[in-house]
Amino acid sequence: MYKYDSYDQAMVDARVAEFRDQTRRRLEGHLTEDQFRPLRLMNGLYLQLHAYMLRVAVPYGTLSSAQMRMLGDIADKYDRGYGHFTTRQNIQYNWIKLEDAPDILADLATVEMHAIQTSGNCIRNISSDQYAGAVADEIVDPRPYAELLRQWSSFHPEFLALPRKFKIAVIASETDRAAMRLHDIGIKLVRNAAGELGAAFYVGGGMGRTPMIAPLIREFVPLDQLITYSEACLRVYNRHGRRDNKYKARIKILVHELGKEEYTRQVEAEFAHLLNQDIEPPLAELARIKAQFVDPPFAAGLPDAVDRSDPDFALWVDRNTLAHKAPGYAVAVVSLKPVGGIPGDATADQIRLMADLAREYSFDELRVTHAQNIVFPHVRKADLHALWSKLEAAGLGTPNLDQIGDIIACPGLDYCSLANARSIPVAQKISERFAANGKQDAIGELKLKISGCINACGHHHAGHIGILGVDRKGTENYQLLLGGSEGADCSLGTITGPGFSEDGVVDAIEKATDLYLEQRQDGERFLDTFRRIGMAPFKDKIYG
Amino acid sequence: MADVQFRFRDDEPVADPAVTVDAFGDQTNASAVRLEPGDDAAALIPHLERLRLVEVNFPVWTDGRGYSAARTLREAGYTGELRAVGDVLIDQLNQMRRCGFDSFAPSHELDADDAAAAFARWPHVYQATGDGRPAIWALRHAQ
Repeated sequence: MYKYDSYDQAMVDARVAEFRDQTRRRLEGHLTEDQFRPLRLMNGLYLQLHAYMLRVAVPYGTLSSAQMRMLGDIADKYDRGYGHFTTRQNIQYNWIKLEDAPDILADLATVEMHAIQTSGNCIRNISSDQYAGAVADEIVDPRPYAELLRQWSSFHPEFLALPRKFKIAVIASETDRAAMRLHDIGIKLVRNAAGELGAAFYVGGGMGRTPMIAPLIREFVPLDQLITYSEACLRVYNRHGRRDNKYKARIKILVHELGKEEYTRQVEAEFAHLLNQDIEPPLAELARIKAQFVDPPFAAGLPDAVDRSDPDFALWVDRNTLAHKAPGYAVAVVSLKPVGGIPGDATADQIRLMADLAREYSFDELRVTHAQNIVFPHVRKADLHALWSKLEAAGLGTPNLDQIGDIIACPGLDYCSLANARSIPVAQKISERFAANGKQDAIGELKLKISGCINACGHHHAGHIGILGVDRKGTENYQLLLGGSEGADCSLGTITGPGFSEDGVVDAIEKATDLYLEQRQDGERFLDTFRRIGMAPFKDKIYG
Repeated sequence: MADVQFRFRDDEPVADPAVTVDAFGDQTNASAVRLEPGDDAAALIPHLERLRLVEVNFPVWTDGRGYSAARTLREAGYTGELRAVGDVLIDQLNQMRRCGFDSFAPSHELDADDAAAAFARWPHVYQATGDGRPAIWALRHAQ
């Protein structure tokens, strides 16, 4: 894992001091709320329906035990004893007092954490593959490149007042586990024909009210030009992105309106210019960062066999663990989606327990996934039963990874000031329905995602099944989408037709999955069947 | 017209009024120009020889186009005065300075102590922006 040096620590400490000063000026009345809002947003502090919400950055989703423990302690000390893991691999606290926020940032800084640029019209926390460094299909661990970009993007003076927020994801495998092409910039590490490592740049993806899949604008950027190319992409956007309408201000609209070719031409011109400006860190800096992401000391000669005599444990192993690149190890995923629970929520005690278990069983490391779950990336197979037993005892053993109950949901109208409809109760009803009807297992992989408004924080466009909550003449109404995917086979879902009530959408989903069970052929997932037979039969089944 | 409140230059301030980019093109003796957010700073590059003052207007501080305009001019070799005018607030002073601004004429006078603290806030910087400050990566690999 990356460790701060004295420079990194000094920057985070300076940020805490700056925000303490800004908060003081606000509380003393020297700053108006209008002037303060953008400043607090740059530090992840939102004013929501009932209280302030603080969003803490988890760069590329990686946490140490000490960091995880601090997240639990903050939940107890400053919130109501729980936190909410988000689709940006971050954590949010929903019941924060403004006057406490500087102290929370100071506590975070003691474990090399912060809330820098987790909101606002700036470059946000950089996300990555939650299994980075643990699975065999990556060509390289993507996180050092994300860290390089994290430092470049932190307090970048030119890009703190962009037309709109800006999200970057970095991956390094064919299997896209980070929804890379649904980001403002998606970076995929690749090898060129000569075998050299570099980066493919996809620019102009996003969800929100106008979902778009990012086009590839450059197949290969050499590693010693990564920052320069990123800066060129951002400068063109900062200069020309639309500022007349916040709903058309994301880079996807610029790329779409200019056309991929013209946007690329402008980026290449700016890039050629910037190559002479000496803004690129030397490769030695990348090497310094990479050295901190070396594999933990995996033991050799460990057994691969797992004792499956406990059927509940065997089920969890089948559903919630993945193959690890090292023999005798597994990747274990904690589902934060218990039946009837709030997706992504964990109590302070659960968070601290996961911190302890990571220290004991996973080389001190955890990951947050964009699907709002927690990963133990490096667990000895021989330890899986002990890990599971302790998770299960704490209500963290739900065996439903990537199943219909493993729902992504935004906080919705229960918390969010932007929402039009509640997301959490819909998620709860769906997970309860499919737990009760016993169909979850038969259905297998099905990614269901719920957003409580058109901003799409719940990634509904990219769900195999997506739900969008809207306000229809003062009543919550739910539109249903089918056929989205965030993976390498990225696609956007299509609306089935007229929307539903809260209970109606749960019924409609059951009908859709029933049709899938009738129609599927040899090993097809729900998504595969939908793509093969199309929308018409689903419409007939749902509305017929 | 707001007064210059902070200036990090030793030369004499330019007395000429800043003209618009359009007027600048017609007035071959003008030495001061004012850029609005939508103006293309690169259009001034052929005329840097005669330019002594560029004002960059921030009608609202959330419109950050002026930051790119400033860097574009500095990267092209402009060494004259680069003045941020308009909605210039305490918390933007430092990032403006980092992008090449060396004078500041806020539309509302800023608290001098708060401004001094803001200019001195960051012990180091992560990026090379041509403002003369070495990036942290340069300090790390200085030997």
